[in-house]
Parts: sequence; C-alpha cells; structure tokens
Amino acid sequence: MANDTTTTRQQPAPSDSQWPLWEVFLQPPKGEAHEHAGSVHATNAEQALQNARDVYARRGEAVSIWVVRSEAITASTPEDMGPFFDPGNDKPYRHPQFYKIPRGIRV
Amino acid sequence: MSSPAFFEYLLRLGDDRLVLGHRLSEWCGHGPILEEDIAVANIALDLIGEASLLLKLAASVEGKGRDEDALAYLRDAIEFRNSLIVELPKGDFGFTIVRQFLFSVYSMLQMDALQKSVNADLSGVAAKALKETRYHVRHSAQWVVTLGAGTAESHQRVQQSLDDLWRYTGELFIADDVDRQVAASGEGVDPSTLEGAWRGQVLSVLDRAGLRVPDAGYMQQGGRAGRHTEHLGHMLSEMQILARSHPGASW
Repeated sequence: MANDTTTTRQQPAPSDSQWPLWEVFLQPPKGEAHEHAGSVHATNAEQALQNARDVYARRGEAVSIWVVRSEAITASTPEDMGPFFDPGNDKPYRHPQFYKIPRGIRV
Repeated sequence: MSSPAFFEYLLRLGDDRLVLGHRLSEWCGHGPILEEDIAVANIALDLIGEASLLLKLAASVEGKGRDEDALAYLRDAIEFRNSLIVELPKGDFGFTIVRQFLFSVYSMLQMDALQKSVNADLSGVAAKALKETRYHVRHSAQWVVTLGAGTAESHQRVQQSLDDLWRYTGELFIADDVDRQVAASGEGVDPSTLEGAWRGQVLSVLDRAGLRVPDAGYMQQGGRAGRHTEHLGHMLSEMQILARSHPGASW
C-alpha cells in the first residue's frame, strides 16, 4: 500500500478547462534529444499534436514533436527532494571533479 | 507580356485569401480555447501572407503604380473578386471550421496545380502556399471529424453549417473567359478541373465525420464579377478604415 505511487502522487486536476492536458516535447534540429516545452489542452492525440505545433513549433523550433497525456506521467514530488537527490552530494567520489581536465576541453 | 485576364485571375486568388484571412482574424481573442485561438490566428496570418504576395504580383502585372496595400485597402466591394463563400460572417465555431475545410481543400488543389504555372512568381507563391494549406486541411478536417462525430449538439451544428455553406461551393469551380484564357496561356488553372478531386477529398472526410452530403441544388454565384453579399461591404469598412483614414501611413 505504501508503495502505491499512483494513489499518492496524483496530478492536480486541470481546473481551467474541460479538456485533458497534454505535455509537449520538442526535438530541436540537429538530432538532439526531445525536451519538454510546455503543455496544451486537447480532446485527442492528433489535436494535441496540432495544438503543440501551433503553440510551440510554428517558427521552426522543432523537427519532431511528442505529446503525452499529463496524467500518464509519474513525477517526483517536493517531499522527494531529500531522499531522491541529496545522497549524492555527501559522497564526493561520485563527482568527477578530481580529474584533471586536459587543456582545450571545455566543461 | 501579361494580359488583363492574368491580373483579374490574380485578384481572384488574392481576394479569396485576404477576405477569408480577415474573417478568421475576427476569432482572435474569441476562440473556444486558447490553443485553438492561436491556431486560427496562425491560419489567418498564413492566408493574409499569401494574399499579400498574390496582390503584390497582381499590382506588378497591372503596372499602373498601385501596390498590394492599394489593392487591399483602397478598393470598394464591387471591385473585389473573391468568391462569396469566404465573405460570409464567421458564424459559430462549427461554421468557421466547415468553411475553412471546404475552402482549404479547394486551395490545396489549386496551389498544387499552380506550382506548374509558367509564371515563375506565381509558381513560387503556390509552392509556399501549398505547404501552409496542407496543414490548414489537416487542421480543419480533424475538427470536422471531431465535431461531426462528437456530441448531438456539435453534430447538429456542423451539419447545419454544411447545409448552409454547400450552395456557395459551386462558384469555386465555375470557369469563365478569364479562367480559360489563363489556363490556355499556362499561367493559371481552369477551376472546373479541380472539382472532381475536391469532391472526392471532401466526401471522404464527411463520411468519417458521419455528416450527410447536402443535395446538389441551386448554387450561389457572383463574387468573381463583383456581385457580393451585403456582408462584404460591412467587413471592408472595418478592414479598410485605418488605411483610408490615414492615407500613406506606415507602421
């Protein structure tokens, strides 16, 4: 029961529209990874794709668009801040900052 | 050398898009939802951009010192050559979408054929417009299906819009002397050659949407000859007031 993340991590209900919310991911040119751009409302997937195109990609920002229903995403919560992200910071050996970086390499 | 017929033909192409673009722009700030508001405004901008290029070309073909702004803002309704379907008031969202769909399929076929125009400027404009229009078809067809196969109310509204608009579709495919001349010279396309493909594409979407094809009955016409509905004059008075109140103003 305690591990049932779907009940403990519900998305807030969309209160500004009767239409479902979709998250939009754009792939910028040059074959980079898709990045989250924002969200749109739409009644179906094709409409979500078109709305994403009109809102986020009409000036040539993308070569590919993904849309996914927001409720399909399971996200970490602010309470996860400690257990999820802190442990790495007190173990310096997890960070590669002791290596000497060759000249000419930019980090 | 270009003929008066080619000038007339370019006015028809440009005016269809200018007037429909303005009708769509009336939705700006009034769309059913923010995303659709932006989408409709984008399509309006595409159409006005196409109109600007086509009227600029028309002005240079005419060669009387007018520019695209003079053609758009300083002509009266009787001098406009758009088809009647594009000047009808925007109606409800279903009406706007059905009109957009019917016109966009027509425009897509027209621009596809005009890519082969012997006039290099027009074929260039057509290639650009075709890309935009393919998206307009995709967007409006998706909405026709969504609304047609949606609730009882949305279905009833788009069916009514379709019934009301159908009698304005015949005019798009009537070929007169102007069309025949530009088709013969290779500059333009005879619109009657587009009707079969238009019907095929429109009917397949109406079928998916569960909409009934209206009976072929009396078809309205007159726009190509400057005989317009009362609605165009009212629209132009709003569209042209700024340019007419401040002649030569730039911003």
